[in-house]
Amino acid sequence: MIEQFVIPTLKILIVLNATLVGVSYMTLLERKVIAWAQSRLGPMRVGPSGVLQPIADAVKLLLKEDITPTKADRWVFTAAPVISMVPALIVYAVIPFGPVVRLFGRDVSLYITDINVGLLYIVSVASVGVYGIILAGYASNSKFPLLASLRASAQLISYEVAVTLTLVSVILMSGTLSMVGIVNAQYNAHVWFAFVQPVAFVIFFIGSLAETNRAPFDLPEAEQELTGGFHTEYSGMRFALFFLAEYANIIVVSSVATTLFFGGWLRPFPHVAALHFLDLIPSWTWFLLKSFVFLYIFIWVRATLPRYRYDQLMRLGWKVLIPLAIANLVLTGIVKVMLL
Amino acid sequence: MTYLPPETIHGAMFDTSELVINMGPQHPSTHGVLRVVLRLDGEKVVDADVVIGYLHRGIEKLSENRNWTQIILLTDRMDYVAAATSNVGYCETVEKLLQIEVPRRAKYLRTVLMELQRIASHCLWVGTHAMDIGAMTVFLYAFRERELILDLFEEFCGARLTYNSMRIGGLPQDIPPGWDKKVLAFCDVMDGKLDEYETLLTHNRIWLERTKGVGVIHGAEATALGLCGPALRGSGVARDVRKDEPYAAYDEMDFDVPVGMAGDTYDRYLVRMEEFRQSLRIIRQATAGLPEGPIVGKVPRLIKPAAGETYHAIESPKGELGYFIVSDGKSTNPYRFRVRPPSFCNLQALPRLVRGHMVADVVALIGSIDIVLGEVDR
Amino acid sequence: MAEAIAFYTLAAFILGFAVLVVTTKDTVHSVLFLVLDFLFVAALYVLLNAPFLAVIQVLVYAGGIVVLYLFVVMLVNLKRPPEAHQDPHRLSKLGFGLAGAVLIELGAILMSGYLKAPPAAAATPAVLPVVGNTEQVGWLLYTRYLIPFEIASMLLLVAMIGAIVLAKREL
Repeated sequence: MIEQFVIPTLKILIVLNATLVGVSYMTLLERKVIAWAQSRLGPMRVGPSGVLQPIADAVKLLLKEDITPTKADRWVFTAAPVISMVPALIVYAVIPFGPVVRLFGRDVSLYITDINVGLLYIVSVASVGVYGIILAGYASNSKFPLLASLRASAQLISYEVAVTLTLVSVILMSGTLSMVGIVNAQYNAHVWFAFVQPVAFVIFFIGSLAETNRAPFDLPEAEQELTGGFHTEYSGMRFALFFLAEYANIIVVSSVATTLFFGGWLRPFPHVAALHFLDLIPSWTWFLLKSFVFLYIFIWVRATLPRYRYDQLMRLGWKVLIPLAIANLVLTGIVKVMLL
Repeated sequence: MTYLPPETIHGAMFDTSELVINMGPQHPSTHGVLRVVLRLDGEKVVDADVVIGYLHRGIEKLSENRNWTQIILLTDRMDYVAAATSNVGYCETVEKLLQIEVPRRAKYLRTVLMELQRIASHCLWVGTHAMDIGAMTVFLYAFRERELILDLFEEFCGARLTYNSMRIGGLPQDIPPGWDKKVLAFCDVMDGKLDEYETLLTHNRIWLERTKGVGVIHGAEATALGLCGPALRGSGVARDVRKDEPYAAYDEMDFDVPVGMAGDTYDRYLVRMEEFRQSLRIIRQATAGLPEGPIVGKVPRLIKPAAGETYHAIESPKGELGYFIVSDGKSTNPYRFRVRPPSFCNLQALPRLVRGHMVADVVALIGSIDIVLGEVDR
Repeated sequence: MAEAIAFYTLAAFILGFAVLVVTTKDTVHSVLFLVLDFLFVAALYVLLNAPFLAVIQVLVYAGGIVVLYLFVVMLVNLKRPPEAHQDPHRLSKLGFGLAGAVLIELGAILMSGYLKAPPAAAATPAVLPVVGNTEQVGWLLYTRYLIPFEIASMLLLVAMIGAIVLAKREL
């Protein structure tokens, strides 16, 4: 009874809250990291060193006037940010933060669930997330947001192909679709998949930059562009929800990259006895640390690189990344068959 | 070009109509109050109509009611990014009309100040150009260096943006003690910072893709359109007023004029980046060899030139800045004061440059031409 | 018992959304209800112990195909303002006729199913050398159903090339 209902509910509550807090603090992290890259300090006034800034932002946005364009489709207009945000959150159901540990006299698994098609679940949920952007542009009842949202969603769909192909190479390596299984496969193989699948990892990383609409692929939402972007007609908390959804997606992608390519919760060199003192750091901390490194790299890339023009972006996705991903997949398949 | 309603392009398999969209006058990337009306076919720009005048303050007309020294204040406000250059251009024109001899020390100091101004203007240019294309960090780095120059100016004349730092015949005051050492220290700092900008941009794959082949214009057409300054030099025409018609102390300075070959945005970028370094070279020479002497020449107490007219041009960071003044010999105000602003002439080329490119390139091209609306509209 | 409740709830939602798909006036809403329908069908697959099919249903149908429907519908919707439609009941005779024909067919299939004796030993499914839905689908797809699989991919290739040819202005 407790195992069936109480523990999963507790896990869901913890993960959901942690994610939402993490997402809002990621706004602060981004502002701080970009500021430090640009020789300035970032938010400093609210709270010590600006630590309470996300709370101030949330309060401000909640108090703003709720403007809906007159001819806009009210239901769709309200639903679009939600459709953007929910997929990013429900992906956490399958991400493993750690193995089964002993807590309070019970064996508790540090993941909400482990379905045997975990990786495909993540991909499918991500593809539903595209609807948020499409509907946002449509519901605004204005041609510029619509065109911008179509561009953004076309970008997302194209890079989804490249990313999914790299995931297939990982599946080839691990032999299973289950997220926990992939981490275990890395444990058994004594190597993190990033080192045996470097091309796949690089393509995955670039593809996820594009999937999450981050620089250098953020043309659809850049302020300097003419068409305002799909969120032009949104204000207040709805507007914020789009960007929180984007940050949530970034955190999801970092977690997935950690699980698939960098050993998830495994500490470095788990089979080397001499490094046993590293076990003092619990598994979920390793996971969070590795995810944090990816988050940092996302922000770092944004601060450094200029942005691609839309046609260059699409060309990169279709003509460079997808062929590379397919080639990598074929090579992996050949090597796997030869080794068997 | 008149405003045309969207037309249907016949002959295509699927009929598409042209879209007319408006960029500005309030826009993060138009570098001021510039309005560009674009006619698009899908993503490609078919034509562009540039609408200016939002910053027109009637400087030329106002000048007719001010005496010759008061006009120096107005010249600050045209190219407010490089105000000292505008000051010098005007003063030299009046000195040419009055046949006033400027002492050597003043000439050297003017050169130093103008070259510092060139660096400051190019800092602003590189920052905003890079930011429009997405590299936000360069913007802050460039402005950090611009701050150093503005500090130097503030020490010299008390202002950071509108300097009023020249007088007819020389300078209003001498440099404070130790200023030249600070300038040399700044030059050393700037060298390293330039390398930083180049690391971030010059060989960056994305930067190259966004700027190579964008807005190509070749020498003959560029000259015909009236382009000047780095925009012209990027197209292969080696015209620099500092070399062709030297003024101030430029004939005594040793420097090169970078010229690009391809005429695209990337070459214009490289030309300006190299101009940074050449400016540093000039500043070092001028500061090291600063002669002693008076800082203002023999100027009559009441400036009332005889009837006559003259034109004089200098090389401002944006291009050839020319002043045409007419004096009627009877009053202390000019009869006519006309400016040949480089930004205005360069902006003429914008419709030609954006034709055939995508919407995202329009922003890159406006940055590449490097305009200041204060100068365009006066 | 729980399974029955789950099934009937899902079935109710699916049918409800299907009815809404057909009856909504706004085309975009109609497509969105279709998406919801597909999501619930995916849940149905999970109930049938086919998680792989469920995620593929979401990934391909809800996340791919309907997105493309939505693109088209939205662009068409914008071009033509929602004017008063022609009489919506103008083709109702034809509609009723076709619906009646489908109903009779379905009835015939059901009745023949009931009338026939249940097949002996309920055609024990071939024991596949793999367990798990993903593995079973993969095994079948690449052994018994290889030719249809290849033909389907050729079909998709033809569709892609056709789309590129149509969209390009000059070749």
